[in-house]
Amino acid sequence: MNLRLRIWRQPGPAAEGALTSYDITGVSPDMSFLEMLDTLNEQLAERGEEPVAFDHDCREGVCGACGMVINGQAHGPERTTACQLHMRHFADGDTIVVEPWRAAAFPVLRDLVVDRGALDRIIGAGGYVTAPTGSAPEAHATPVPKESAETAFENAECIGCGACVAACPNGSAMLFTAAKVVHLGELPQGAPERDSRVLDMVGQMDTEGFGGCTNTGECATACPKGVPLPSIAAMNRDYLRAVRRGGGR
Amino acid sequence: METALPTVLGMALATRTDRRPSPARLLWRSTIGKKAVMAVTGLIMLLYLVSHLLGNLKVFAGPDEMNGYAHWLRTVGEPFLGHEWFVWLARCVLLAAVGLHGVSAYQLSRRDLAARPVPYAARRRATARDSYATRTMRWGGVILALFLVWHILDLTTGTVNPRGRAGHPYENIVATFSTWYGNAIYVVAMLALGLHVRHGFWSAAQTLGVNRPRRERALKATANALALVLTAGFLSIPLAVMTGVVS
Repeated sequence: MNLRLRIWRQPGPAAEGALTSYDITGVSPDMSFLEMLDTLNEQLAERGEEPVAFDHDCREGVCGACGMVINGQAHGPERTTACQLHMRHFADGDTIVVEPWRAAAFPVLRDLVVDRGALDRIIGAGGYVTAPTGSAPEAHATPVPKESAETAFENAECIGCGACVAACPNGSAMLFTAAKVVHLGELPQGAPERDSRVLDMVGQMDTEGFGGCTNTGECATACPKGVPLPSIAAMNRDYLRAVRRGGGR
Repeated sequence: METALPTVLGMALATRTDRRPSPARLLWRSTIGKKAVMAVTGLIMLLYLVSHLLGNLKVFAGPDEMNGYAHWLRTVGEPFLGHEWFVWLARCVLLAAVGLHGVSAYQLSRRDLAARPVPYAARRRATARDSYATRTMRWGGVILALFLVWHILDLTTGTVNPRGRAGHPYENIVATFSTWYGNAIYVVAMLALGLHVRHGFWSAAQTLGVNRPRRERALKATANALALVLTAGFLSIPLAVMTGVVS
């Protein structure tokens, strides 16, 4: 396959960026999107040009490191991560536009790499269980109803890639925050801090400059892990209850 | 992990001593709280619209019925309430609802737009979930706010009404819908209203945490039904005047 790529190139956080066109040859339909970028970088290096910087780690769709907006869609046309998106979903001769996640809370560091520290700070504000629990407890020590376990797991699948923020027209981190709030709030270990957790995490989310939720549903459509939209309703429910109760402290 | 643990404990101990702001302040400062304000005020306005529609449909029963109803509205609660007290009470509640709804929408919109300072170069494909109603909430709201001003000047104060006689709503309604601009403004506003209610009702349910996976379909169906009934119901009046059913 031969493709034309239009990739966002930006040398540094404060530098001006622009979309730059590259023609790439010899792309196999079995390559992942990241392998295709590797191939491009090899070709760029051979020509003595600066390779395209992009985040990546596990390359098997579980770590959440990779992420880019491909033709206007977070992680591209398939509902998966960019590393698990294969070139067979594109046609020979296609022009593909590749941009970094766009959000005020995600400053571009270089090319397609953005600083997602805002998400870490939301987790740091309360996305944990305070009690030190040591190693993994025995599975049946604390019984969890099946429905709660399933809801918690569905939300625990979040890999923090930031696609929800990138896809949201408001650059909102509601789905990300909701995934953690619902995951921990649903389990007995997380229940004691349920009120303070949701208030602290939402407070941090607002401080980071993410937008609000207008219920467009773009986040849940883009989420490679299928965190459902009703999780946002569940977080809203938790938040409003926590405010009524006076914040759990 | 060994080194991270004391930091986590230290944070938890440190945050335990600080006080949270009052619930009202907490709500007004947070995005979720402001959305909740929008949801509640939106539902108040929606409730009013349903009763407003039921009242307006009396236009089909003739001038005596319609004008009698308008007169009765001013006597509700008497002798406990004074003349027109009920109407003014309702107006105060509605004014507060409109004001809070608008201010919240403005502040949230500014925040939302600032959160995506650099737009995407590639146009994103509209997904099934991102409907026309969702995308037109902001400008649709502005259209509705402008219409509200026109509507009050037209049929409450009678300032811009071609007839504008106080205490004769039936004749005023016929007069305004006998002009092309009166009809045009009204039709555009009612279409905007339908779209606004369609996304707004479901959005309010989501914001107030009423939505759950198994309720999603029922809530969306209710939103669509409400939007359709309100738009069709309100539009039936200018249509009746235009076709001569009401004259």
